[in-house]
Amino acid sequence: MSPSRCRVILFAATLCAMGVLQGCSGGIQPWVKPYERDRLADPIMLWDRDAASTAFLDHVYESREGSRGGTGAAGGGCGCN
Amino acid sequence: MRTLRTLRTLRNLRALTPLRVLPGIALLAFGSGASAGVLPDDRADVFYSQYSGGGMHIDTASASVQKKITEDLAVSGEYLIDKVSGASVDVLSNASVIKDERHQKGVNVQYLHDKTTYTLGFTNSAERDYISNTPHFTISQDMFGDLTTITMGFSSTRNRIGDNIGTALVPNVVWVGHSQSHSYSLGLSQILTRNMIAGVTLDVITDAGYLANPYRFIRFVDVTNPAKGYSLGAQVYPDTRTSTAIEGRLKYYLPYRAAAAVSYRYFRDTWGIRANTVEFDYTQPIRNLWILEGRVRVYEQGHATFYSDLYPAANYQNFEGRDKELAASKSTTFGFKSTYAFLPEGWKMFKRGTATFDISRMQIRYSDFRDIKDYGLPLYKPGEEPEYQFDATFWQLYLSMFF
Repeated sequence: MSPSRCRVILFAATLCAMGVLQGCSGGIQPWVKPYERDRLADPIMLWDRDAASTAFLDHVYESREGSRGGTGAAGGGCGCN
Repeated sequence: MRTLRTLRTLRNLRALTPLRVLPGIALLAFGSGASAGVLPDDRADVFYSQYSGGGMHIDTASASVQKKITEDLAVSGEYLIDKVSGASVDVLSNASVIKDERHQKGVNVQYLHDKTTYTLGFTNSAERDYISNTPHFTISQDMFGDLTTITMGFSSTRNRIGDNIGTALVPNVVWVGHSQSHSYSLGLSQILTRNMIAGVTLDVITDAGYLANPYRFIRFVDVTNPAKGYSLGAQVYPDTRTSTAIEGRLKYYLPYRAAAAVSYRYFRDTWGIRANTVEFDYTQPIRNLWILEGRVRVYEQGHATFYSDLYPAANYQNFEGRDKELAASKSTTFGFKSTYAFLPEGWKMFKRGTATFDISRMQIRYSDFRDIKDYGLPLYKPGEEPEYQFDATFWQLYLSMFF
């Protein structure tokens, strides 16, 4: 897949996602009320409590693998080889 | 051929991960756990880590600070140093060990407007034979009653790549090329129930320019070299690469105050590499003092289309590479993390603090990359050496103070 084609697809996907979500906000009401989010607010439910630590781990993996990205917290780190 | 020569191995990985300081920089500074709509707490961190495995020993130290200037504006800065010694097996197969340092500096500005958070940053990474500059921009939007957060990011990196043809004590860097990378990311985080949250991230990364690694070599069958049965030659990589990675995540709050998470990532690129990653995490707090976390990560990938451990002849095809990161491999990693909370009542300007220790053990097994450093004629003919494998241990220790 060419880079320009990837960019077009990514841009279109973004617009679609935002459109769908905007549409949802008009018809479907948020089903988890703010006062029901106490468990989700617990620090153990964070995707990543310490981003620098996760970045280090992702960097170790990226240094030893052919793949990259997708984790939402890649990059930064030790230069492991 | 390049014996008794000091080599840079920090950069060996960069042929494959030229964007390694890109997509996560904003997250590194501000924490990916923070959603749009709220700026993260002020904090200062000191961090130390050590990696040992596969012939490499790497020490990393960093310090970072993030501070809210006003309720809707925050800044952060980071300084990091890597110290590398040793060399990986594919470098040791034809050269000596190295010692080197990398310095990384980063600054970020984050602005919150209503439910939208804008992050603008810049990172510089410099070492003797590699210089990298990366501006990046991220925008996050809370919507749908704050049940949904969409994040879009873009970063652009320019790299200058050198080849040290001198020694560790008397370096002589010859600049061999430039490369440029662009990273486009799209993320969605969605609250599903009062106990469950899901996330999806899509990353598209494009590279152009000098993408090979001047310190690594291919090998090809050479009957005129009876001592080894093969000779080494220069790698020739394509000048472009585009990769796509998509990851889905799910996290669930268990009935007894603990959390379980699972994630899956699929990766593919224009070099023919396909990879799958699965990870399981379990988080268990103990009172309000400790948070313990265990994780298992399983990874497998296929090899790049132009990769070969041993080419039948010199100049056998137009693109040739033997980086082990291009080879087919499987790895399993077990990790444990422990966080201790202290100063619950605060102290002077600090509201609280945490100390964290994280340790991982990784086992990597290659299925088409052979160990030519430790094995060869007369016991093993070229192409019949045992497959390479190694184990690595890496740990982190860091102190976080919130104020």
